[in-house]
Amino acid sequence: MKKLLVMALAVTMTASMLTGCGNSASQPAADNASSGDEAAADAAGDEAAGDDAAAEAPAADGAVIKIGGIGPVTGGAAVYGQAVKNAAELAAKEINEAGGINGALIEFQFQDDEHDAEKAVNAYNTLKDWGMQILMGTVTSNPCTAVVEKSQADNLFQLTPSGSAIKSIQYDNAFRVCFSDPNQGAASAQYIGEHSLATKVAVIYDSSDVYSSGIYEKFAAGAKEQGIEIVSAEAFTADSNTDFSVQLQKAKDAGAELVFLPIYYTEASLILKQADTMGFDPLFFGCDGLDGILAVENFDTALAEEVMLLTPFAADAEDEKTQSFVSAYEAAYGGTPNQFAADAYDAMYIIKAAGEKAGITADMSASDICEAMKTAMTEITVDGLTGEGMTWTADGEPSKAPKAVKIVDGAYKAM
Amino acid sequence: MVDVMSFVSYLLNGISLGSVYAIIALGYTMVYGIAKMLNFAHGDVIMVGGYIVFVFVSTLGLPPLLGIFVAMILCTVLGVTIERVAYRPLRMASSPLAVLITAIGVSYLLQNLALLIFGANTKSFTSVVAIPPLKLADGQLTISGETMVTILVGIIVMVCLTLFVNKTKAGQAMLAVSEDKGAAQLMGINVNGTIALTFAIGSALAAVAGVLLCSAYPSLTPYTGAMPGIKAFVAAVFGGIGSIPGAMIGGILLGVIEIFGKAYISSQMADAIVFGVLIVVLLVKPTGILGRNIQEKV
Repeated sequence: MKKLLVMALAVTMTASMLTGCGNSASQPAADNASSGDEAAADAAGDEAAGDDAAAEAPAADGAVIKIGGIGPVTGGAAVYGQAVKNAAELAAKEINEAGGINGALIEFQFQDDEHDAEKAVNAYNTLKDWGMQILMGTVTSNPCTAVVEKSQADNLFQLTPSGSAIKSIQYDNAFRVCFSDPNQGAASAQYIGEHSLATKVAVIYDSSDVYSSGIYEKFAAGAKEQGIEIVSAEAFTADSNTDFSVQLQKAKDAGAELVFLPIYYTEASLILKQADTMGFDPLFFGCDGLDGILAVENFDTALAEEVMLLTPFAADAEDEKTQSFVSAYEAAYGGTPNQFAADAYDAMYIIKAAGEKAGITADMSASDICEAMKTAMTEITVDGLTGEGMTWTADGEPSKAPKAVKIVDGAYKAM
Repeated sequence: MVDVMSFVSYLLNGISLGSVYAIIALGYTMVYGIAKMLNFAHGDVIMVGGYIVFVFVSTLGLPPLLGIFVAMILCTVLGVTIERVAYRPLRMASSPLAVLITAIGVSYLLQNLALLIFGANTKSFTSVVAIPPLKLADGQLTISGETMVTILVGIIVMVCLTLFVNKTKAGQAMLAVSEDKGAAQLMGINVNGTIALTFAIGSALAAVAGVLLCSAYPSLTPYTGAMPGIKAFVAAVFGGIGSIPGAMIGGILLGVIEIFGKAYISSQMADAIVFGVLIVVLLVKPTGILGRNIQEKV
């Protein structure tokens, strides 16, 4: 009898483990079925999707362009992946309601990579098996760099909303919406120099992360040009990312007026807290990785007051495009969209613009679409949330003016 | 002068970090000493403790002490359940690896459950310590309230555990089980009960450690316990696994070495230095600083 109980408990545990793992994998598919009504119905129509779904489908010929998305919807960088997934679904839905791309509807499927290169490649393979024709992803730099090797081999058009490492789009089939890391580092140095924010700057960066060390290198070069002195540059790694007392102490001892943080917000929230505890109060300046710091539950936003960050998108900006996007996003998912959401939203519209320019159709192979899109990308000009008149060069880099925001009263204020 | 001040400041920071490792290491060392197994899920029980206090104190607004008490009870239940369901059936397994692998499995299970329940978003933990930081030398040196409380709690726990093990009947039973399970059973000691008690104490300690860890480094994610758990395991080995004062000394030394390594050698190499020192110590003294030399009698 006792043994039975033990067995039963063990089974329950295993079962909960399976649901724990299984959930992340099945979620995108489930979401797809529930949110992308028309698109999903097209695919599921021939199978047993349900009568109402089949009846809703407007395009009788069932032409769909399959766009895949990859990003972390679980794990430490999940905030970015969730935002991208939500915003891309929102954009796909809008585009479909307006008639799709050249008459073909978008079918969008998003796979989780947990911000892990190996899982991203697995996700890519899953999407390829599903019949993906265009890839909107991946969200974070390291996985993107791994996936671009695959997409280049397959000659599949790839547009990353936020993969900002140089190598993330090193081949001619890949483009991006956001700035590359070097551009962020150089632009930050330029911004600090031009606005005379500080002359003595300390840097705390994550040497185990391509994103962080990439920005740091270009920042160092840019700082020299601007006449900014880097008084201390201290690193940490993914395995020692809780205690920053040493790095802060060195910045303090060196008399830094500004601390540049080219890192993600989780570590930054700890740095702000520890700086406050030790009574060190310089200016803090970060890049897009700091976006999300205000969303940290229970975080004392007073600590983040006056923190500046380079970002292409501020949800409080008053232009009509931003406002309508923000309200649509809030209505659909709750919560204010961050810049990753904006990047992804733009990415879908960029795919639409390039797709229409290139005249792609649903029956074209991924490789044919890629060839046509590559040329079209350098010819289009897109007005998006993250910049007016965005253009691209053949190496995949966007051209648009950088923006910065400052945290005032617990909210981003466009500067 | 600045150099001296920095040195003292680094030392204090090292002790602060080390005291967190120490209190986690106490749980590791205790379970290892008695059950002779590495409970890799210990770090994740700490994370669960952190979340429970977060929910009760930050979200529901209970007084911190009550929150900690609830967390200790719930973590105890969790620890005993894990032991009963996942470890006990495997204790007699032919390979001791089986239970080790299970422990890793439980660790991932807890992380994934936390991910499922609380999501991946970082939560900022409100410190339960209300003591203002101590400012010395015109504010050039700061000792945070968390550091003082952590060290104090660490010492109290260490003394209580030592007394418990040496002076009570249950403690003596633990010692007997750790010496020789089979013989202890023959002497009428309930081995399973004793090991369950060990897990109960270890898990309650994990809850306390979780609160102190999150108070000192207030960012709470499902992976919060993983790295400190591994570092604390190293600290336990460093101090001599199975030895209660050893865990305390090992933890504090590890923290101090880590901070000094960062400050004076290289901030990127901190972990390499820590583990390098560990290798050297183990080469010189394979049982750790306070570990007992066990002589095999033929």
